[in-house]
Amino acid sequence: MKKFLAMLLTLCMVLAFAGCAQKAPEATEAPAQEATTETPAEETPAATEEDVKSEGVMTYAEYVAAELESQVTVETYVQAKQSWWEDKATVYSQDKDGAYFLYNMACSQEDYDKLVPGTKIKVTGYKSEWSGEIEIIDATFEIEGGSFIAVPFDATELLGKDELIDHQNQLVSFKGLTVEKVAYKNDQPGDDIYVTFGYNGASYDFCVESYLTGPDTEVYSTVGALEEGDVVDVEGFLYWYEGVNTHITAVTVAQ
Amino acid sequence: MNKKLICLILSLCMLLPLLAGCHGSRGLREFAVPEEFDTNRDYEITFWAKNDTNKTQTHIYQKAIAEFQALYPNIRVNLRLYTDYGKIYNDVITNISTNTTPNVCITYPDHIATYLTGTNVVAPLDELLDHPRYGLGGSDVRFTSPRSGEIIPSFLNECSFAGHCYALPFMRSTEACYINKTYVEAMGYTLPDTLTWDFVWEVADAATKKNADGTFAVNGQKVMIPFIYKSTDNMMIQLLRQSGGGYSNDQGEVLLFNDTTKELLYTIAKHVKKGSFSTFKISSYPANFLNAGQCIFAIDSTAGATWMGTHAPLSDISADKLVEFETSVMPIPQFDPDHPQMISQGPSVCVFNKGDPQEVLASWLFTQYLLTNDVQIAYSETEGYVPVTSMAQDSDEYIDYLSREGQDVAHYDVKIKAVKMLLANSDNTFVTPVYNGSASLRDAAGQLIENVTKSVRRKETVDDAYMDKLFADVTSLYRLDGAGRESISAEGAEDLGPLPGPSKALLLSLCAAWALIGAYTLRDAAKKRNKRV
Repeated sequence: MKKFLAMLLTLCMVLAFAGCAQKAPEATEAPAQEATTETPAEETPAATEEDVKSEGVMTYAEYVAAELESQVTVETYVQAKQSWWEDKATVYSQDKDGAYFLYNMACSQEDYDKLVPGTKIKVTGYKSEWSGEIEIIDATFEIEGGSFIAVPFDATELLGKDELIDHQNQLVSFKGLTVEKVAYKNDQPGDDIYVTFGYNGASYDFCVESYLTGPDTEVYSTVGALEEGDVVDVEGFLYWYEGVNTHITAVTVAQ
Repeated sequence: MNKKLICLILSLCMLLPLLAGCHGSRGLREFAVPEEFDTNRDYEITFWAKNDTNKTQTHIYQKAIAEFQALYPNIRVNLRLYTDYGKIYNDVITNISTNTTPNVCITYPDHIATYLTGTNVVAPLDELLDHPRYGLGGSDVRFTSPRSGEIIPSFLNECSFAGHCYALPFMRSTEACYINKTYVEAMGYTLPDTLTWDFVWEVADAATKKNADGTFAVNGQKVMIPFIYKSTDNMMIQLLRQSGGGYSNDQGEVLLFNDTTKELLYTIAKHVKKGSFSTFKISSYPANFLNAGQCIFAIDSTAGATWMGTHAPLSDISADKLVEFETSVMPIPQFDPDHPQMISQGPSVCVFNKGDPQEVLASWLFTQYLLTNDVQIAYSETEGYVPVTSMAQDSDEYIDYLSREGQDVAHYDVKIKAVKMLLANSDNTFVTPVYNGSASLRDAAGQLIENVTKSVRRKETVDDAYMDKLFADVTSLYRLDGAGRESISAEGAEDLGPLPGPSKALLLSLCAAWALIGAYTLRDAAKKRNKRV
């Protein structure tokens, strides 16, 4: 009996401790994602298997041809994650033929954690356009087997040309850009960084999207320290907002 | 005393603090105004503010802080800026649970109502407002603040709910319809004195006419969305108010899902099908389309006026996309032109309660500083805002500002027209009831329009069955069926609902343990008594 009572008391104490457990404080800001694409191109793994589409899944060409507001189903590979909030995830994804920006896709936090770069997902949603950005919205997804990490496409010579939009949302690189202007959104370090680069006499807008690569990332601090006249090589996702507005993921200052 | 009894007492001593600890925090003590502000101490307070992606506003906040700190060298104010009220709201909610709320925060009454579900989270301002030493115009305030009665009464009333005043108004705005007058007249129409929904829909439908080459007749471009609404929450709320349809009442009843709402949604669906209407969430900022000559009626806040028009000081589109046109600024469309109604909106500022009343008093002094003429006039001039005090509105400086419409960028004509429109219609503004859950209802109102618009664009059938499902889905999504709503008591106590199963099991096991201990002790005592006998 004594042992039983001792056990019971101990159990009560343990349970009481459990009851007292305080929920861990949540971060007040979406955690900035690690820059997942800073791996040098020569080390970037290529597709690990042939990218064959399942039945009922569009090829990239079919996706491009699909009308806006139509339902689309694609198989694609996570390249980077921008944000998760209230069971919605925004993801940069790409297959061997092209890229898909997945905006506010239904996603539990548990599933979001599984979406590491390279993860193959089957996505069903609606093709949509917002300020020139073609994206898939109101989407759901399922994780499939397979992996693919995109190698940055060198789009330097396409700057200013109509063909650039054919690579929308892809991981791309630009070489030999000259810094013209660097400004924090609202003049607030910690927020997005707007960068204007010059190339061949024309200016182009780029952005360090703080949800993708936040203040604790190397690319954020590197871009924040850029000065007018610096010459840089840039990698990023070819996002669109009223024109090309690449989301920078890596910057190398030329020696 | 025998060993067993000592063990029992010791066990009890161990358990009691644990059990007491498990009782959980009951929140902060109710704020009481200190008798004296202790100026011998240093205070560090945080101010979460919102700007409209407008650097001038950032500089005004920074200047206000610097000037306030010069007056109160023992108070340091740390600024954190947001560009989205929703993000502030989410962060505050997150930080309430960890007692790390800011001290002062730009916010909306709907949001404060949710903050109040925590115990004494937000400091009521009633006593502070009228405090003879530290209240508005108080004897110990080191700057010229508005006196009681100099805050526009209707604006201050918007900050009172659940029996207390929980905020000060900071700026006020409404929505305006920014119109490409050039295109309206090119199509053979003349803008009426008061814009009506019928007129807007008619012109918007007409603007969808195309040339043989597929371009739109009115602008010769491949893109034309004649009517774009930025805030569909506001659109539905104002449509319902103007048409007499239900939305909610002071008791927090949800009246949104009614036949009038359905009829309004059918009308919207009809025009979406014609290509006449879209929303910010679906297409983009109304200003981008308006300035590119791809929109005729752009409805957005007066606080977005500096983005509207060919010569707008702020723009997200490249110069080569801008189209030259004349911009008219009018109140939103009306059902009854003789009795116009439009929403009153704009930021308010609340003070969060803290364990140290002196810190709260320091926060209040800074909050009060935001109503000084220097801050009010400077901030209102950055956008289509109006100052919230008669002291500022009636000042020579502000009157002079309004008289310089169109003289230069600082007096951008569209911005000042928007302000004048609001000042002329201040008696025609309204607000919706505030209660815990009113923020969700607002979101739901907009979601109805967004969903219908998307569905029509996706060629789905929008009929009665669709509407019934839409109402059910939105009710569930925003937990408007009563399951997720909590009333605000005067004390702000939270109704936590029934105990969860594991908690019940824990309490039962504790009771059982103590019952067994008691029984064992009694049995032991009886045995001893028997032995003595």
